[in-house]
Amino acid sequence: MSILTTKNLSIGYSKKGKTDVIQSQLNLELRAGELVCLIGPNGSGKSTLLRTLTGLQKPLSGNALIDGKDILKLKQLEKALLISLVLTERVDIENATVYNLVSLGRHPHSDWWGSITEPEDTIIREAIKMVHLGHKIHQNINELSDGERQRVMIAKALAQDTPIIMLDEPTAHLDLPNRVEIMLLLHKLAHKTDKAILLSTHELDLALQAADRIWLISSDRGVECGVPEDLVFNGSFNSAFESKSYYFNAANGNFSMNYPMTKKVWVTGDKTRMYWTLRALARAGYMVVQDANIQILVTATGWKIDDNEIETVEDLLTELESQHQPFEP
Amino acid sequence: MKSRPFIIFLALSLLTVGLFLADLAWGSIHISLREIISVFFGKGGDGINSEILLNFRLPKAITAILAGASLSVAGLMMQTLFRNSLADPYILGVSSGASLGVALVMMAASVLPVAFVSSGWALIVAAIIGASVVLVLVVGVSFKVNNAVSLLIVGLMFGTIAGSIVSVLQNFSNPDAIKLFVMWTFGSLSAVTWTYMQVLLPVSMLGLGMAFFLQKRLDGLLLGENYARGLGVSIIQTRLLIVIATGILAGGITAFTGPIAFVGVAIPHIARGIFRTSSHKILMPATVLCGASLILFCDIISQIPAYTLPINTISALFGAPIIIWIILKKRS
Repeated sequence: MSILTTKNLSIGYSKKGKTDVIQSQLNLELRAGELVCLIGPNGSGKSTLLRTLTGLQKPLSGNALIDGKDILKLKQLEKALLISLVLTERVDIENATVYNLVSLGRHPHSDWWGSITEPEDTIIREAIKMVHLGHKIHQNINELSDGERQRVMIAKALAQDTPIIMLDEPTAHLDLPNRVEIMLLLHKLAHKTDKAILLSTHELDLALQAADRIWLISSDRGVECGVPEDLVFNGSFNSAFESKSYYFNAANGNFSMNYPMTKKVWVTGDKTRMYWTLRALARAGYMVVQDANIQILVTATGWKIDDNEIETVEDLLTELESQHQPFEP
Repeated sequence: MKSRPFIIFLALSLLTVGLFLADLAWGSIHISLREIISVFFGKGGDGINSEILLNFRLPKAITAILAGASLSVAGLMMQTLFRNSLADPYILGVSSGASLGVALVMMAASVLPVAFVSSGWALIVAAIIGASVVLVLVVGVSFKVNNAVSLLIVGLMFGTIAGSIVSVLQNFSNPDAIKLFVMWTFGSLSAVTWTYMQVLLPVSMLGLGMAFFLQKRLDGLLLGENYARGLGVSIIQTRLLIVIATGILAGGITAFTGPIAFVGVAIPHIARGIFRTSSHKILMPATVLCGASLILFCDIISQIPAYTLPINTISALFGAPIIIWIILKKRS
């Protein structure tokens, strides 16, 4: 079921009569129970799109509808009941506990005094449990790690109890385990709570694994939407991130660098060690071709060149270097 | 967990009442507690003592409570709005505006009718107008600028301009007028008579009422303006209301007592430290009690020498070290 749709949305900046259109004619759709990742190169309008959809910035033209209502015409409070935010700005509050901070998410629902009734309290505690911070509920937020802090902000968004959650680069500043955990958590939450979760990110490989749908944004091609694998198959990823120095490797969902490859070798053998061998060879500038003069056999424990046993990659590269020399004029 | 704030509130309230009574008793003439009670319950007492108590010390003690409460609550709102723990009500130029108004009246006295200038009302009206003018300018700017830090700088600049004009005025006026002005800048709680109290009390109550009304929005602002927007807080409107409430509280008090330094910046820190919370539901009444206690205490201290010391110097003597202590504590 689609919750949010945009109609001919144009985003960008307008200053003193001059308009700078970043993206135009956007017709996007956000569905309940789906995790959508917004990815694209810097300067393609990721933040602008997110800021426009959250209402922090005005669109140049077009509109964004929730249940047929234009969110850009809604009052601040009405919007707060539909969309909750997790932003990149660091929240530093003296003396605030996890519970205090998450309870702020109940603001749009509570009375003018902001009292926390029993059902409110239950919602807050549930939200904290959902991000696995139940054991730290009364801990001061300044004592938490960056990953835990981000989970607190997600709990705040959950407590706000909106059909849509939007997150601006929620995995920035986090280490790999925390990045993976946040993505998995968001994926799970989208499916479990039937909310639409939209996040912007630079983590291409994570987004490809966790997202139900990708919004791929690029300066010249607009926004392409689809299931991650479809965008891989139709070459959208490669085009969006096209560059001379690297390419999108459809085999593993990563970016591979374009090394200048002038020397030729041929490699056969053990499959698991092959991947890393090829990486090392590519970096050293060796192109793998079948009729090369140098033949490398990858074994289970090392490498063999002309019955010569080699144990480490470093030795392998030195050996190749010495073998390669005589052929140079 | 729940009883802790309650116990502290009870202790703070008792402390405030105790200091209030001590402030009534202390002075160049000592009045015993029994006498105070008997005067209050209409049983009369020594004619002179009852006169001192009812017409001098009682309005002064009430002024101390209002000044402490108003300046501290204004400071709390400023610190939350600017997300800067060193912000205070005077940062928006409120006190400089009031000073400018007072300086204009005192030093331009030769132009104005003497009866108006010497009545005391002139100073108060001038201070309130001065504070309001700066505030209106700041509010006007707050519609133009998008973030609180720019607003802070604009407030500082307005304050600097007002201060410069005061200096220019001082350059051209006679020593008597300058002395009178300098005395006003020292601050005094005893200038408030029952007649003035009829204005000060409702003004302070209005400001405090607005502040309490804003406590939920202030909680939201703790997250920063963008998060607050996401929670449904209307930023422009809230900022406007906070600035107006601060102007009423700080401008009103400054007009009647002269500038009282450091209370606005120090008390919110003390309240946060005692209650270990960030919730304005608790911090608002906490700053009211702490602020009232501190000014009452300062007033008692200022009575100890043979003649009364200016309240501004005493509050600075206590406030400034507290700020240094806070910064050092945060470092460790």
